Amino acid sequence: MKTSLLPTIAHRLAILAYVIFALFPLYWLFKVSLTPNDLLYSEGVRMWPSRTTWEHYSFVLQHSAFPTFFKNSLIVSGSTAIIVTICASLSGYALSRFSFRAKYWIVGLMLLTQMFPLVMLVAPIFKILTPLGLTNSLTGLIVVYTAFNVPFATFLMQSFFDGIPKDLEEAAMIDGATKFTAFREIILPLTLPGIAATLGFVFTAAWSELLFALMLINGNNAATFPVGLLTFVSKFSVDFGQMMAAGVLALIPAALFFLLIQRYLVQGLTAGAVKG
Amino acid sequence: MASIDIQNVKKAYGHVKVLHDIDLQIKDGEFVVLVGPSGCGKSTLLRMIAGLEGVTGGEMRIDGKRVNELHPKDRDIAMVFQSYALYPHMNVAGNMSYSLKLRKTAKEKIAAAVASAASKLGLDPLLDRRPKALSGGQRQRVAMGRAIVRQPKAFLFDEPLSNLDARLREQMRAEIKKMHGDLKATSIYVTHDQIEAMTLADRIVAMHGGVVQQVGAPLELYDRPANLFVAGFIGSPGMNFLDATYSAGGVTLRDGTFVSLPSPLALDDGAKVTVGIRPEHVVMGGEGTGMAASVDLVEPTGFGIILHLSLHGLAFKVFTLDRAALSAGPNVQVVFPSQHLHVFDEGGGRCEPR
Ligand SMILES: Nc1ncnc2c1ncn2[C@@H]1O[C@H](COP(=O)(O)OP(=O)(O)OP(=O)(O)O)[C@@H](O)[C@H]1O
Ligand SMILES: [Mg+2]
Repeated sequence: MKTSLLPTIAHRLAILAYVIFALFPLYWLFKVSLTPNDLLYSEGVRMWPSRTTWEHYSFVLQHSAFPTFFKNSLIVSGSTAIIVTICASLSGYALSRFSFRAKYWIVGLMLLTQMFPLVMLVAPIFKILTPLGLTNSLTGLIVVYTAFNVPFATFLMQSFFDGIPKDLEEAAMIDGATKFTAFREIILPLTLPGIAATLGFVFTAAWSELLFALMLINGNNAATFPVGLLTFVSKFSVDFGQMMAAGVLALIPAALFFLLIQRYLVQGLTAGAVKG
Repeated sequence: MASIDIQNVKKAYGHVKVLHDIDLQIKDGEFVVLVGPSGCGKSTLLRMIAGLEGVTGGEMRIDGKRVNELHPKDRDIAMVFQSYALYPHMNVAGNMSYSLKLRKTAKEKIAAAVASAASKLGLDPLLDRRPKALSGGQRQRVAMGRAIVRQPKAFLFDEPLSNLDARLREQMRAEIKKMHGDLKATSIYVTHDQIEAMTLADRIVAMHGGVVQQVGAPLELYDRPANLFVAGFIGSPGMNFLDATYSAGGVTLRDGTFVSLPSPLALDDGAKVTVGIRPEHVVMGGEGTGMAASVDLVEPTGFGIILHLSLHGLAFKVFTLDRAALSAGPNVQVVFPSQHLHVFDEGGGRCEPR
C-alpha cells in the first residue's frame, strides 16, 4: 500500500509536538536539578545552564531526610498497591461472576464512596484514626489509601474478569477443579494484564498522594515523599535545586515500576475494551 | 462408563420455566443426540447434567447415584464446549493433562494418557503449541483430546462442530462416530445439524419449548414423527403440510383431491387434519395423473433437485434425483404415494391406524 507522504509527516509532527509538550516539565525538572544555585536566577531563562553540578543530589541524599521519605513512600505505595490489588481481584471476580442479593446495593455503595471530595473526609478520618493510634503512622496511611482505592480498583478488575469467557472456568470445574482452583490456576493467570494495570494505577495514586499524608502525618519519621518535598520550602525561600533533585529521584521507582509492568499494561488497558 | 437417569427434571430462572418435566433414561454406552430449535433448552439440560446449572425440580442420577447437589468436579463427566474453552495460557499437552494433574495422577501415567490421546487425534506434532497458534479444526481436536484423556463416565458435547467449515465438520463427525465405536462411552450430543443427529445418534431426543417431543432411533423419528413439530423439524428440506379433512379411510385435500390411506385411522369422519409429506416422497407424474402445481423456483443441489412449487396457492417443495425435473415446464403434476402420507390431528399429534 502506498501512502502519501504529507499526512504521514503531519502525523509524526503532531506526535512529536505532543511528546515535547508532555515531557517538557520533566526536562525542566531535570535541568533545574543540575543548575548550580548561583546560576539559577542570574542566567535568565535558558534551555541549559552554562555549568552543571550534581551537588543538589548529593546534598539531598546525604544531608536531608529524603532517604527516609523515600523509604516510607516505597513502603506505603507498595503495600497499598499489593493489598488493594488482592482485595480488588477477589471482589472484582465476585462482582463479575456471582449474582447475589445485595450486589446492586454494594455496587451503589462503592460508587457512593467515590463521590465525596476527599477534603470533606479528612477531619472525620483523623477523628477515627486518632484513638486507634494510626495517625502519624505508615499503617494508618496504608489503611486509608487502601480504603479509597479499593472501589475503583474493583471496577477495573471486574471489567477484566468480564472479558474472560465463563466457559474457561466451567471447563476447569468439569476437569475437576474447585471454584477457587479454577480462579487461581485459570482465571488469574489470564488476568495478569489487569493485575498489572491495577497495581500501576494504585501505586502511582499512593505515590503522589499529598492531602492525607499532609494531614495525618507530622514530623519527618513517617512522612512520605510528597510531604517531604514541602520541607524544601522554608518561610523565606524555596530551595529549588534540591527540591528538583528530590523530584527526579522520586520519579525513579515509579518509572522502574512501569517499565517492569508495561508489557502487561499495554495489553491490559485495551483488553477490557475489546473482546478478543 | 455410566448410565444417566433424568427424572421429571425441571429448570426455571425465576419465573421463567425453561425445562418442563424432562424424563430421559440414557443407557450405558449409548449415544444420545439432543436436537431442537434455538432456545428450546438443549444447552441448559446438558449443563444441568454437567452440574454447571442447578436443578430446580426432579432428580438426576448418574450410575444410579443422585447427583443433584454434586459439584461438577465430582461428577467425573467430560464436556466439549462450542467455544472449545481451551486454556489460553497452557500448551496443548497442558490443556489435555490438566484434569489428570488435578486428580494427582502419576507423571508417567499422565504422559502415557496424553500421548495415546494425541496419537488418536493426530495431535502429536502440536503438543507444545498454545491454542492461539492452532487452527479451528486443531482446537476442536484438542478439546476432544482433553475430554478423552481422563476416561470419564460420560461425554457431553454442546454443538462441538458448529464453528467448523462444512468439509471439516463432515470429517470430525466421522471421527466422533469412530471414537464412540472404540470407547463405547455414554455420550450426549447437542446439535442443530440434521445430518449430525441422524448419523451419530443411537437415539435422538427432539425438544421444543423445554418439552421433550419424541425420543427414538433416528429412522423412527424420520418415519413416524410423533407430532407436527418433529415432522417439520426432522428432515431437510422440511416436510410439506396441507390442510385436509378425514373421511372414509382417506383424506380430502382443499382442492377436492381424495387420497386414500393404506389403513383407516382412529378418527371420526369429517375431522380436520393436517397431512404431511416429505419432499423426497412426492412423485412427479405425467399429465392428468395428479394435482397441478406451478413451478416457482428450481434449485439443483448437484446431488438432486429441489423444486419450489405453488400447490393450491401454498408453498410446496419437491426433492427429486431425476434430472428431467430441471427442464420441467412452468406447470407440473404431483402425486402423493399414500404409504408416505403422515396424518396429524387438530392437536398436532400423529394419527395412528384404527
Ligand atoms: N440465566 C438465564 N436466565 C433466564 N433465562 C435463561 C438463562 N439462561 C438461559 N435462559 C433461557 O433458557 C432457554 C434455553 O436456553 P438454552 O441455552 O438451553 O437454549 P438452546 O436450546 O441451547 O439454544 P441454542 O440452540 O441457541 O444454543 C432460552 O429461552 C434462554 O433464553
Ligand atoms: Mg445451546
